[in-house]
Amino acid sequence: MSWFTKFLSSSLGHKVVMSLTGLFLMLFLIIHLIGNLQLLKDDDGEAFNTYAFFMTHNPLIKIISYTLYAFILWHAVQGIRLWLSNKAARGNIRYAVVHTRSSERSARNMAWLGIVILVFIVLHMWQFWLQMKMGVLPAVEVAAYDHPVQNLYLPVAEAFKNPLYVAFYVISMVVIAFHLWHGFWSSFQTLGLSHPRYTPLIKGLGYVYAIGIPAGFALIPLVFYFVGK
Amino acid sequence: MHLTLKIWRQGGQYKGEFVTYQLPDVNPDMSFLEMLDVLNEQLVHRREEPVAFEHDCREGICGTCSLVIDGRPHGPMKSTTTCQVHMRHYNDGDTIVIEPFRAQSFPVIKDLVVDRSAFDRIIQSGGYVSVNTGQAQDANAIPIEKEQASHAFDAAACIGCGACVAACPNASAMLFTSAKISHLALLPQGQVERQKRVLAMVAQMDKEGFGQCSNVKACEAECPKDISVENIARMNREFLSAVFASDKAM
Repeated sequence: MSWFTKFLSSSLGHKVVMSLTGLFLMLFLIIHLIGNLQLLKDDDGEAFNTYAFFMTHNPLIKIISYTLYAFILWHAVQGIRLWLSNKAARGNIRYAVVHTRSSERSARNMAWLGIVILVFIVLHMWQFWLQMKMGVLPAVEVAAYDHPVQNLYLPVAEAFKNPLYVAFYVISMVVIAFHLWHGFWSSFQTLGLSHPRYTPLIKGLGYVYAIGIPAGFALIPLVFYFVGK
Repeated sequence: MHLTLKIWRQGGQYKGEFVTYQLPDVNPDMSFLEMLDVLNEQLVHRREEPVAFEHDCREGICGTCSLVIDGRPHGPMKSTTTCQVHMRHYNDGDTIVIEPFRAQSFPVIKDLVVDRSAFDRIIQSGGYVSVNTGQAQDANAIPIEKEQASHAFDAAACIGCGACVAACPNASAMLFTSAKISHLALLPQGQVERQKRVLAMVAQMDKEGFGQCSNVKACEAECPKDISVENIARMNREFLSAVFASDKAM
């Protein structure tokens, strides 16, 4: 085994993979939210559709998005493998009395939260990303391009009329918030980035991020459903 | 006071099960282990097999006592080993559930006694530190900053009891291993083998089959010596720098 595969297959290597892919996904969520907030513009999806065309046709962004899909899979597969091997390390016999007050709930349930998020991502991509890729969406004219682009705004606006889908989306955002609540600080700790000088800042930023980003995403279906567009 | 004890029995006639014992007349001044001594005396009188549990110094410094008491390694009190828990912290009529430390790498030998030699092998894998032999050194020949010495001492306070593994939902030994790595990495005496040591100890820890840290911090909360997860971050740094910034073979 080369030194690098040895590193990746060590316990600390596994954790570094979780940390780095996680940090990349967290960076992506910021960009994704900024893009999605254009749905709230009162322009019948003009800005959002322009943005969606740009994001699916810029070669650089294409490379980044395929990296992103790979990282989502890597994070998920590695996470599930860690979860299983950690369960095995615990042994077959469980404690009769389990004391959970000495640790945070979200920290103990990262695997379950992660699995729910994975299901959400699959459904999410099935619903919006796949339709865009298949090119089955109706075309619409936008000012920024001299040719019509796919109207991704349409299925989004349609989906957010369905109260079940809105509820599913909002609940998924709560699950993501819990995952990030632990994941943000945890990814820095795993890289060894811990110091009294900046750890309080990382923790604070993590809590703001963990609530702010999912709240921003949840805002969109809620506005569509309750305020109407 | 009267106590009901539910104790894990394994080995001999017991297949691995909880056995309930009634213990009347417990003196509140007894330590937890003395209370178990009293139980064992009664069991011997009744010609029953006494409960096997580990203990040595009974002063909270050796790391031999273990036990998971009502779901918590070393019992209900913070920063306290089992031997330093006293019965005055319990009430008349309480039921106490006593289990061994549970982890695949800590197999049960008998009743409440587990084999913690995996920790010894991690220590052994760390190897030696190069020190000058010959004339006795002057006490202050190797200067070290006070704050640095304090950090090293905080890490060195680990008594290797294994409560971190017992408390961790992943049965990870990273708090223990990181304390041992930190202790020497922070001291001038530990510098020569610093990178070699972290690589070897992490490899041995993995080989022993311990789980992987997911930063739950239950270890820090249950550690009788208050070892901080700061040490785990330091171990991660030491490991990454040994892998990516040294010429040491992995």
